[in-house]
Amino acid sequence: MAKVVVFIEQREGKAKKASYELVAASAAAGNETHAVIIGDGIAGLANEAAQFGANKVHLVQDPGLKMYLGEAYSRALTAAIKSLNPEIVLAAHTPMGKELLPTVSVMVDGALASDCTSIAFSGGKLQLRRPIYSGKATAEVEFTGTGLQMATVRPNSIGLPKPDTSKTADASSISVDLSGLKTKILDVVKGTSARPDVTEASIVVSGGRSLKSADNFKILEDLADTVGAAVGASRAAVDAGYRPHRDQVGQTGKVVSPACYIACGISGAIQHLAGMRTSKVIVAINSDPQAPIFQIADYAIVGDLFQVVPALTNEFKKLKE
Amino acid sequence: MNLYVCIKQVPDTETKIKLNADSSGIDSAGIKWIMSSYDEYGVEEALRIKEKTPGATVTAISAGPDRVVETLRTALAMGADNAIHVELPETADSAMTAKAIAMTLKKEPKVDLVFFGKEALDDGAAQVPQLVAAHLGIPSVTVVCGVEYSGTTMKCKREIEGGSFEMVEITAPAVVAGSKGLNDPRYATLPNIMKAKKKEVKAVKLAEIGVSSADQKVRMKNLQLPAAKQAGKKIEGDAGAQAHALAAALHNEAKVV
Repeated sequence: MAKVVVFIEQREGKAKKASYELVAASAAAGNETHAVIIGDGIAGLANEAAQFGANKVHLVQDPGLKMYLGEAYSRALTAAIKSLNPEIVLAAHTPMGKELLPTVSVMVDGALASDCTSIAFSGGKLQLRRPIYSGKATAEVEFTGTGLQMATVRPNSIGLPKPDTSKTADASSISVDLSGLKTKILDVVKGTSARPDVTEASIVVSGGRSLKSADNFKILEDLADTVGAAVGASRAAVDAGYRPHRDQVGQTGKVVSPACYIACGISGAIQHLAGMRTSKVIVAINSDPQAPIFQIADYAIVGDLFQVVPALTNEFKKLKE
Repeated sequence: MNLYVCIKQVPDTETKIKLNADSSGIDSAGIKWIMSSYDEYGVEEALRIKEKTPGATVTAISAGPDRVVETLRTALAMGADNAIHVELPETADSAMTAKAIAMTLKKEPKVDLVFFGKEALDDGAAQVPQLVAAHLGIPSVTVVCGVEYSGTTMKCKREIEGGSFEMVEITAPAVVAGSKGLNDPRYATLPNIMKAKKKEVKAVKLAEIGVSSADQKVRMKNLQLPAAKQAGKKIEGDAGAQAHALAAALHNEAKVV
C-alpha cells in the first residue's frame, strides 16, 4: 500500500475518464488515493473523484488556472505534491498530462515513466510496462532509485468501473503562487468535430487509401456516429489529403488502444500496426485476403468495404433500437 | 541570436525490431538510422529564424553513441552552423539525456531559443524538451504546429485533442517542441552534404559537464515483441451476411459495441 496522488485532468469543468481510470485502479489496489483537481470553479468535480474511489480530494483553484497553461499548472501540481508528500504520482498520457508531468518531475525531483499501458502496484512500488518503437515492442520500466515514482498512463489502458454514486468527497484546498509567470494562455481554439478524439475513444473506425476520396469517408463517419466512435486514418489516406494529420494512426501519427479498432481498407503497413496493435479487439475489412492487417485481426472480413461498412452501420442501428 | 536545435537519431520507421540476447534492448545490426522526423521541424524552424536575423547562429545538439554524429551532419547539411555531440550511452533514459543536454547548454555563452521535436519516434516519451527547460529554468511549450514571431515574443499554436488548439504566448529564452504543420523541412542538397562532411563536430564528455549514470532514473528491461496472435475469426458470406455476423459478434461475443 502506498500514498498515491492522481492528477485529475479537466477542461471547462469536465474531467477526463482516463484520470478516473487511474483513481479507480489505485483505490482498488488498496492505496491511500488522493485526487488533485486543478482549475477554477471546479469544486463540483470533487464528489465525482470520490465516487471513483479517491479517499481524499484536493482542489487547487485560482482564476489563473481557468485554462490550462503548462507553466501555471506545473506550479499548482508541484504545490500539491510538496504538500501531500506521496510515494507515487499518476496522470493520464494526454496532450495535457504528457506536457505537464515532465516539468513537474524536475520540480519535485521525481522519476517519470511516460506512456505506460500496463500498471500494477506491489509493495509500494509501481510495476509498469510501456510500448517502445510505437508498439513494435514493449518494455518493463524499472525505477533505478527509491524516490518519488511518477507515471503517465495511456487512456483506455485499464478501463473504468461504475462509480459509487452514494459517496461524497471530503475536499480540501491547496494554494499556489502564480506571480511572475513568463508565459500566457491567449485562447483555446475549439475543433469543430463532435466526435471523440482518436486517442481517447473506446471505438475507432479507421480508413485507408482504398476509400479513394475524402468524400467517401462519409460512410466511415456514419458508422462512427452510430456507435460513438472516433474516425482515424492511415498515413496513406492522410498523405492523399483525405483526412487531417490529427486523425492519423501510426508511428508518425497517433498511437491508440481502444476497446475496438475497425480497420477499413487498410493494408497494415508496419508503421500503422505499430500505432494500433494494442487495441483490444481488431476488425479488418479489406478486399485483399493477403493484407498484413489480417494477421492481427480478431475478426476478418474479406470483402468490399463500400458494401460491408454501410451494411454494418444498418446492423448497429437495428441493435440500438 | 543563438538558436539551438536538439535532434535524436532513431531507427527508420520501416525497421523490423529484433531484441538483443538478454532482452534489455534491440539488436542494432542492420538498422538504418534517421533523424527522428519531428526533430526536422525544429531544425527547419531554427534555420528560418536565422535566415531572417542577421548574425544569428544555429547549433545542432545530439546526445548518444558515436553513430549520432552522422545525424548531426544531416543537420549541418540542412544549414546548421555548428554541431555538438554529447557522448551518452545508448541505455540513457530521458532524465539523463535531458540533464546532459541542459548542462551542455549551460556552458554556452547565451541561449535564446532551443527547438526540439515534440517526441522521438523510438521511445515516444515526450519528456526531454520539458525536462531541459525545467533544468534551465526557462518556459517551454510543446506540440507546436505554428508560430507567429514578434521580436523575442512568440505566439505558439499548440495542438491538443479533438482538433482543438491552445494559443500560448512565450518569450525567449524558451524551449519550443515542434510538430507536423510547423513548417516544411528542407532537404539537404548534395553540395551541402559534401560540405557538411568537413565541418567540425564538437564532442562533449559527460565528465566535463558533471553528468553520470547516477542521473538515470528509469531503466527498460524484459523487452518483448508483440505475441503472435491466434488466427482471427473469418466471417464469410455476402456483404449483408458479413455485416450481420460482425455486428452480432462485436455486440454479444466481444461486447465492445
